[in-house]
Amino acid sequence: MSVLSQGRARRDTGSRPPRTSRRAGTGRLAAALLSPTLLVLGLVVGYPVLAAFRLSFVVSSESIDSQTGFKVTTTSYGLDNYEAVFTGERFLRPWWNTTSFALVSVAIEVLIGVAMALVMHRAFRGRALVRAAILVPWAIPTAISGLLWKWIFNSQGVANELLGAKVLWSSEGFQAWLSVVIADTWKTAPFIGLLVLAGLQIIPGELYEAARVDGASPWRAFWRITLPLVRPALVVAVLFRLLDVLRMFDLVYVLVGPRKHSVETLSMVAFEEMSNLRFGTAAAYATVLFLYIAAVAFAFVKLFGADLIGRGTRSSQ
Amino acid sequence: MSTTPTTITTIGRFRTGSLARRIGIAAIVVYCLVPFYWMVVSSLRRPADQFSNSPLPAPVSFDNYAAAFDARNGFGRALLNSLVVAGATTALTLVVAIFVGYALARLHFRGKTLILTLIIAASMFPPITLVVPLLRLFTDAGWINTYQAMIVPSMSFALPLAVWNLTAFFRQMPAELEKAAQVDGCTPAQAFRKVVLPLAAPGIFTTAILVFICAWNEFLIAVSVVNDRQMMTANVIVSLFTGQYKYDQPFGTQMAAGVVVTLPLVVAVLFFQRRIVDGLTAGGLK
Repeated sequence: MSVLSQGRARRDTGSRPPRTSRRAGTGRLAAALLSPTLLVLGLVVGYPVLAAFRLSFVVSSESIDSQTGFKVTTTSYGLDNYEAVFTGERFLRPWWNTTSFALVSVAIEVLIGVAMALVMHRAFRGRALVRAAILVPWAIPTAISGLLWKWIFNSQGVANELLGAKVLWSSEGFQAWLSVVIADTWKTAPFIGLLVLAGLQIIPGELYEAARVDGASPWRAFWRITLPLVRPALVVAVLFRLLDVLRMFDLVYVLVGPRKHSVETLSMVAFEEMSNLRFGTAAAYATVLFLYIAAVAFAFVKLFGADLIGRGTRSSQ
Repeated sequence: MSTTPTTITTIGRFRTGSLARRIGIAAIVVYCLVPFYWMVVSSLRRPADQFSNSPLPAPVSFDNYAAAFDARNGFGRALLNSLVVAGATTALTLVVAIFVGYALARLHFRGKTLILTLIIAASMFPPITLVVPLLRLFTDAGWINTYQAMIVPSMSFALPLAVWNLTAFFRQMPAELEKAAQVDGCTPAQAFRKVVLPLAAPGIFTTAILVFICAWNEFLIAVSVVNDRQMMTANVIVSLFTGQYKYDQPFGTQMAAGVVVTLPLVVAVLFFQRRIVDGLTAGGLK
């Protein structure tokens, strides 16, 4: 019964006698309905996050027992893994790759996405077909789209033929970085377009009518009406995209490949440490990445006021 | 008199406006479909024509598809694995997410904001942070190379999305439905099962499509917890295809396999585009 909030009690004032039993029923029902999800999330999110944090402080060292001659592994807690991460060669560059992918891809995606939404806004024939087309890049599995772009950017591929140049895209260097940005932009700009379009469609037409009567140019109307009103939808879309790019793994892994200095992301370094069974450093990399993403998300929400939780609990009635 | 020129300019502006719009829409369609078209075209060439960059395959050949399904690749089995993993993830995620979505939309209890925060926060952890300890956990539990090792983590990625969508959907349904059912003598649980659930079928279906696509696309977990080719999902196995010679990547075969992996999703998108768009934008706006 204590699980109930005031709202329900207020609402039920009309039906006093059965209230207590129904309240108890509702409380128990809520607990029963929520527990499976919390269990799953606890098992595959809660536990691993804590375990990764613990693991990142575990230092294991191997030595030969002088009496038996066997190899013994001793474990203790310390900051050695973090020291290895921050002083090693594979931190700054992967961090910069991760960050620059996020900044550049998301910026381009927002520009293209908003442009797409503005074009698609207003009814036209064949709307269903366009909407289906725009969902195609989103629906293609990232690993498959990585292969597709790897083929397009092959040295004998169609990108080089169209450019009339011989660029070795997926080797190393700026062009490899660029190929990742292009592939990522292709896949997700339409998605941002869809979200912005949904935001545009709830803007009442009278606002533009009024702006026109007042003699505002379309450009001014865009800055003063469209942009402020789609802002909430856009901010949420950008936040989710930022979080997504910051943990990017599969696209780069398939498109360019592992151990490529100029495109390697923090997720990829952690993955490789894990593949080589260096779980301690892998966990340290993963924890650093997680804290970085959390900091970016926090700063973003503070700066732009993305309203993630409020909308969820606000009652629609 | 003076109205005539105005009318003409208006019509003129309208025409150029709609022409520009048409060009814009054509540009969007081309942008979205051309790379996919290139995958289809490349898959339909003869392996000998692999490096031909002509816009149409001539002659059309299905050799790449035959090569993709070559027993050596284990692609058929991988497709089945993907289907099992994505299907089971979708079914299980829906069952638990329906409960939570309903509870969050309808029931009033303390700690609701905290629970919603936790669920949303769960979607923000980078998968790599989860994979490192999970790999050790699954190794100890003997779960390496099993379906459950892929299904359970996939559920955690899909759950926040599903809960988000279903909460938005349940909230749209009039609360009078359950009130009426309860007046008729239903318990809250009965009202949920007999009245709400059947009426929520469209929202559940939309969520199912989104979750299935999300699970079908999963890569990092699948590549980490499985090392037996028999248990790999289609995404993983396609990226591991090897050519006749070790260092030549069989792009034609990979494009054919890519088309096979993508086709179910593209068909789903064609049929259910309206629902998918509603589902994707529901959480963001309501």
